[in-house]
Amino acid sequence: MGILDSKVPKGPLAAKWTQHKNDINLVNPANKRNIDIIVVGTGLAGGSAAATLAELGYNVKTFCYQDSPRRAHSIAAQGGINAAKNYQGDGDSAYRLFYDTIKGGDYRSREANVYRLAEESANIIDQCVAQGVPFAREYGGLLDNRSFGGVLVSRTFYAKGQTGQQLLLGAYSAMNRQINRGKIQSFNRHEMMDMVLVDGKARGIIARDLVTGKIERHSAHAVVLATGGYGNVFFLSTNAMGSNVMAAWRAHRRGAFFANPCFTQIHPTCIPVSGDHQSKLTLMSESLRNDGRIWVPKRKDDAIAIREGKLKPIQLKEEDRDYYLERRYPAFGNLVPRDVASRAAKERCDAGFGVNKTGEAVYLDFASAIQRYGEEEALTHGIKNADDKEITRLGKKVIEAKYGNLFQMYEKIVDENPYETPMMIYPAVHYTMGGLWVDYNLQTTIEGCYCAGEANFSDHGANRLGASALMQGLADGYFVLPYTIGDYLSKDIRTGAIPTDSPEFDAAEKAVQDRLDKLMAGSGQHSVDFYHKKLGKIMWDKCGMARNAEHLQEAIDEISALRADFWANVKIPGKADGMNQELEKAGRVADFLELGELFAKDALTRNESCGGHFREEYQTAEGEALRDDENFKFVSAWEYKGEPKDAVLHKEELNYENIELKTRSYK
Amino acid sequence: MKLNLKIWRQKDANAKGELVTYPIKGIEGDMSFLEMLDVLNEELINKGDEPVQFDHDCREGICGACSLQINGEPHGPDRLVTTCQLHMRKFNDGDTIVIEPFRATAFPVINDLIVDRSSFDRIQQAGGYISVNTSGNTVDANATPINKHAADEAMDAATCIGCGACVAACKNASAMLFTSAKVSQFALLPQGQVEAVDRVQNMVRQMDLEGFGNCTNTGACEIECPKGISLENIARMNREYLSATTKG
Repeated sequence: MGILDSKVPKGPLAAKWTQHKNDINLVNPANKRNIDIIVVGTGLAGGSAAATLAELGYNVKTFCYQDSPRRAHSIAAQGGINAAKNYQGDGDSAYRLFYDTIKGGDYRSREANVYRLAEESANIIDQCVAQGVPFAREYGGLLDNRSFGGVLVSRTFYAKGQTGQQLLLGAYSAMNRQINRGKIQSFNRHEMMDMVLVDGKARGIIARDLVTGKIERHSAHAVVLATGGYGNVFFLSTNAMGSNVMAAWRAHRRGAFFANPCFTQIHPTCIPVSGDHQSKLTLMSESLRNDGRIWVPKRKDDAIAIREGKLKPIQLKEEDRDYYLERRYPAFGNLVPRDVASRAAKERCDAGFGVNKTGEAVYLDFASAIQRYGEEEALTHGIKNADDKEITRLGKKVIEAKYGNLFQMYEKIVDENPYETPMMIYPAVHYTMGGLWVDYNLQTTIEGCYCAGEANFSDHGANRLGASALMQGLADGYFVLPYTIGDYLSKDIRTGAIPTDSPEFDAAEKAVQDRLDKLMAGSGQHSVDFYHKKLGKIMWDKCGMARNAEHLQEAIDEISALRADFWANVKIPGKADGMNQELEKAGRVADFLELGELFAKDALTRNESCGGHFREEYQTAEGEALRDDENFKFVSAWEYKGEPKDAVLHKEELNYENIELKTRSYK
Repeated sequence: MKLNLKIWRQKDANAKGELVTYPIKGIEGDMSFLEMLDVLNEELINKGDEPVQFDHDCREGICGACSLQINGEPHGPDRLVTTCQLHMRKFNDGDTIVIEPFRATAFPVINDLIVDRSSFDRIQQAGGYISVNTSGNTVDANATPINKHAADEAMDAATCIGCGACVAACKNASAMLFTSAKVSQFALLPQGQVEAVDRVQNMVRQMDLEGFGNCTNTGACEIECPKGISLENIARMNREYLSATTKG
């Protein structure tokens, strides 16, 4: 303990960030031209950081594994972005957004970071609108809002069901402006393979050109990692297939502590698994829970009849349905936070009430919303004596305007029309709250290595509320990092360009080459996917929505054995000196096989339940999570020591000066 | 179901490509088209052959990475979907499916089914943005009310995922639908007005430089677009361009 300095500024909560900005050092505009920054990952956090840093005058190099920054997985976020604007006059404020986020995160996030996030949130909306992001508007021309899980106000701004796409394209356009000015050099189809440290400072990266297979050296005065989360450790997740942990994990191997790896969000509203061939899971935006009611049959016979195809959900009468979220959590109902909704769905399915073939699905039903909206539409359009058919037609139109693209996506995948029959949903791995440990300045434990967005750990605690990931990505990139990194770089104005022919670069490049050679030398027994699926199954079965000590220990042993087998027997066709997608995957899965074990180890040491981390041994009589603030009010930050089993735990105590820790209740 | 796949194989940009036939069985209707290719690749790897390389990422129909010309149509026979959202239930047992990369001079083949679409990025870099600093010192977002219909129309244009299906569908390999979508988004919003004249000229110039053909109003792009981007955008871009070039 003791080596983790959060560098949280002193002073009252609401004044910390302003004071900090006034106190930190600046870099003269003329000197910024002599400073190089590498940004790895070009999603919301990386794209916005790259654009802003370039705009300030630094020379920026960006790296992404996709063919264009516009394809970063931030693009898939559907529902919206929070901001404490109080446009609705429903009592919202920066403090309330801060409070909801801390509570939603089950009191495992850092107070000062979260307050800063809430403070900057309003700014983000203004910025994005100025960039031409077409947020939804009301008829009066003002911005529209909706509500998300875990809160009692309407503070979510949205662009249909494609908010992430629009915000990402906004950041991408800001990047393009800087590329056009020559201030950003964009390296697409490149993957960061390692980080280069000189005198203990991050001074560059080793990258692989994914088209030519060429290993490249790139130097800079600072390196920003904004490479998203590691949900793909589960194989099946809502993440893009290519999303990986490589950059963060390589930084971890070079000395950046990895924080809270076991805090993983399981999202309650995903399309259920349909078969063994499945490559990924698709999320249905949480915003659907604004209007959809979640239920399973009350009687097991009905559930069985539905599973066997003998009964249709619409045939089941209202009184034969169990709206279990409304029943258990009357105050929040269907809008309870994601961890609560996910566990409740699992509980009902485990008890035998699941509604698809495998018994792992619940209904998300829009029938009553269609009815309600239909009646309202008939009224506002002066249609008197509208019959049921007309009301349903009008109601469907409203639902289509709100969620049309989601309904269409569901229909394409499941082959059922969700306007006519309730959707089937089940929880799936979605977002990882853990990530590289960062201080208040977003600097990792490696000097000069910064980490932003989902790749860091700081803002979401043990659970992430809806519409807050986009907020963090953009706040970090547009408004936090550009200030805090300047403080560090102000010491580098005389350093000059960092050479890439140093022994440090030689050694890092050799390590990368050796690793690639070792991967290519596997005995050729099994494909990369074979190992990835095996790892995923261990993770889901033993480190998933519910965990216990016995299973976690088993997971550690099994992953360790699987990793040894992988390195000995993996099969990668082709060569390393050209495009080779299997080799790309192999490098990523090799990292997941290490991270997975650390994940289980972290979960095993945390003897409490909180947020996305539910240890079966620690629950109340009603099956709710039982937190232990006395012993576990800390961030676990792991130091790399070779094998994951040797990783050393450091603890950052979390201090709550402004908020009273309470049992999280949504009843 | 059993299928007969004819897939374009090409080692790199300079190599000569050819269609190679792969019979495959055990394909289920619930599989996506890309999952069907995953099954094929697993078979090829286990046999010691090189898997077919193709672009894909989110597999939710939004990132725009996936491409593929399937039986001559970009993203295959279904409407308003990307290849990753195309499901095998759209095919019949015993079908022969021809799978090729998107074809256009401005989209050179990189490997097998992967093409280089960076020309799209360069069109955006030429002016597909609003020149506002990212300082956060902007006016309040509600200070400029925007007509709901305009905002909705801008949103419809902005949903373009940049996949390139419009180019692949067009007999002239024109990028007009793609370019016009961005031009339209900003033309419809007050924030985009200030530099509208330069934007449309710069983007059109870059589009031409990249070697894309012209629009001859065939409309195949609109039909094949997985996001239903409307031809009206091309009309709007033409109006914007005309007015920009005649303003002196």
